[in-house]
Amino acid sequence: MASCAAVPSAFGPSAGVTVRRLAIGLALASAALSANASNELREARSLAATCANCHGTDGRAQGAMTVLAGYPADRLVAMLQDFRSGKRPATIMHQIAKGYTEAQIGTIARYFAAQKAN
Amino acid sequence: MPAMKSAPVSASPSRRRLLLAAGGLATVSATGCATVGGRGAPRVVVIGGGYGGATAARYLSLWAERRIAITLIDRDPTFVSCPLSNMVLGGWKTIGDLTVGRDGLRKRGIDVVQGNVTAVDPARKEVRLADGRALPYDRLIVSPGVDFLYDQVPNLKAAEAAGRVLTAWKAGPQTVALRRQLEAMPDGGVYAITIPVAPYRCPPGPYERACQVASYFRQAKPRAKVLILDANPDVTSKGPLFKRIWADQYKGIIEYQGNNGLMDIDPSGKVAKLQLDDVKADVLNVVPPMRAGDIARDAGLINANNRWCQVDWLTMESTAVPGIHVLGDATLSAPAMPKSGHMANQHAKVAAAAVLALLDGRPVNPAPVVMNTCYSFVDAKNVIHVASVHQYVPEKKTFEPVAGSGGVSTGPSEIEGSYGQSWALNIWADMLS
Repeated sequence: MASCAAVPSAFGPSAGVTVRRLAIGLALASAALSANASNELREARSLAATCANCHGTDGRAQGAMTVLAGYPADRLVAMLQDFRSGKRPATIMHQIAKGYTEAQIGTIARYFAAQKAN
Repeated sequence: MPAMKSAPVSASPSRRRLLLAAGGLATVSATGCATVGGRGAPRVVVIGGGYGGATAARYLSLWAERRIAITLIDRDPTFVSCPLSNMVLGGWKTIGDLTVGRDGLRKRGIDVVQGNVTAVDPARKEVRLADGRALPYDRLIVSPGVDFLYDQVPNLKAAEAAGRVLTAWKAGPQTVALRRQLEAMPDGGVYAITIPVAPYRCPPGPYERACQVASYFRQAKPRAKVLILDANPDVTSKGPLFKRIWADQYKGIIEYQGNNGLMDIDPSGKVAKLQLDDVKADVLNVVPPMRAGDIARDAGLINANNRWCQVDWLTMESTAVPGIHVLGDATLSAPAMPKSGHMANQHAKVAAAAVLALLDGRPVNPAPVVMNTCYSFVDAKNVIHVASVHQYVPEKKTFEPVAGSGGVSTGPSEIEGSYGQSWALNIWADMLS
């Protein structure tokens, strides 16, 4: 994958696949990825995984849940902010969105935007 | 890893298979970096293939950045979900609807072993199975669920063994047997459920069960009653919602008594001996007091109140035995953290990330987050939820719920019913696909 260097904070295209190859690249020695960027990606992956119980692994949801994989980051951030403020009515997401910091919401949104929807 | 050097060389024929069954075989061919036979791969063994353990095995495989040999051990061939199992009692689902195989994990290269663990040996770092096999590990993850404190209800064990009184607090054959007892009960009869002092597995579960049984009675046995005998002073979860539903939807069917804990049962299984009185029931269903599962006890992991396992919440590593991580209901819960399948799944992701970091000599995530959602089905279609988000608080070294977040439904609804069904589809895929 030539995309190793492209990952940084936006997590690049299909980061879920990329992270493994990236990290293997690291293990093999010479990936063009800083340890910080790699940690950033791991923390994003873990944060997004807190949503997976309902929204599917890496946001690939089944059934009535919203598919988050490939969802544009700015739109997801706006939606979650609207849940927090009460502007957008919800059954449960207004309560859940208030549990994450704004920085965490941004991180989660960028991670999902980089996932393939299948 | 120092642990690698000291890993025992087992003569067990399973070892080679284990090592070959590393998570992420595609990774090997993609990089060509693995040693022949994978003998350098760290070994992680997971005991318990439920909401915690299966999720841990799957996320170790998903997140591994090099070859990891992952083994998942469970005594049962398939997973049966406790969440939604009360609907079997209502007659709205079959146990087959809640049963999922583990082939998805096998396809990922995880070695899924059906067997009984007879011993965990932290000194030799191996898990021994009833069939004589010994599985060496570098890190062990234990997700043992709960077992019951039978000594607190002296006549229960014999009555349960004879099939007279069921707990049905682990989904499976007892769930089906309890449904049969309800079907055989005469109209005008009494079903009584006893609830232990919190904490116990699935706080809203007994109240949801009361609703499900009442939903069955309302259509099939309109003169039958549901009696809730609670050792707690009040409903422990979604209290105002459940009480409103009992008053509106199940008026004259469900009766609730708080502060009336079970002391014992009559050997006949037809009388609950309670703190305040004795109560006769046609079907007596005991949710017994409970503790971390037997495997945790036998491995020396129980170090809180003789019941639960304390962990370092950054890694889920036991504070009693290094190198062993404990997930799910078996843990001494952090403040306001429920014992739920959803939470066990979240624990598993914290543990998977931490185990991979520790194996690779990296620092662990200093700021993990976990969250919980629990949907209770109050009839065939309508659902109420409780949700919470828990952030790690470094000064207190524990998770705490975020102030102002979380909450419950405004009332039962069909839209939440569809979310509840979808929750199950997604979490089962998140742990087993």
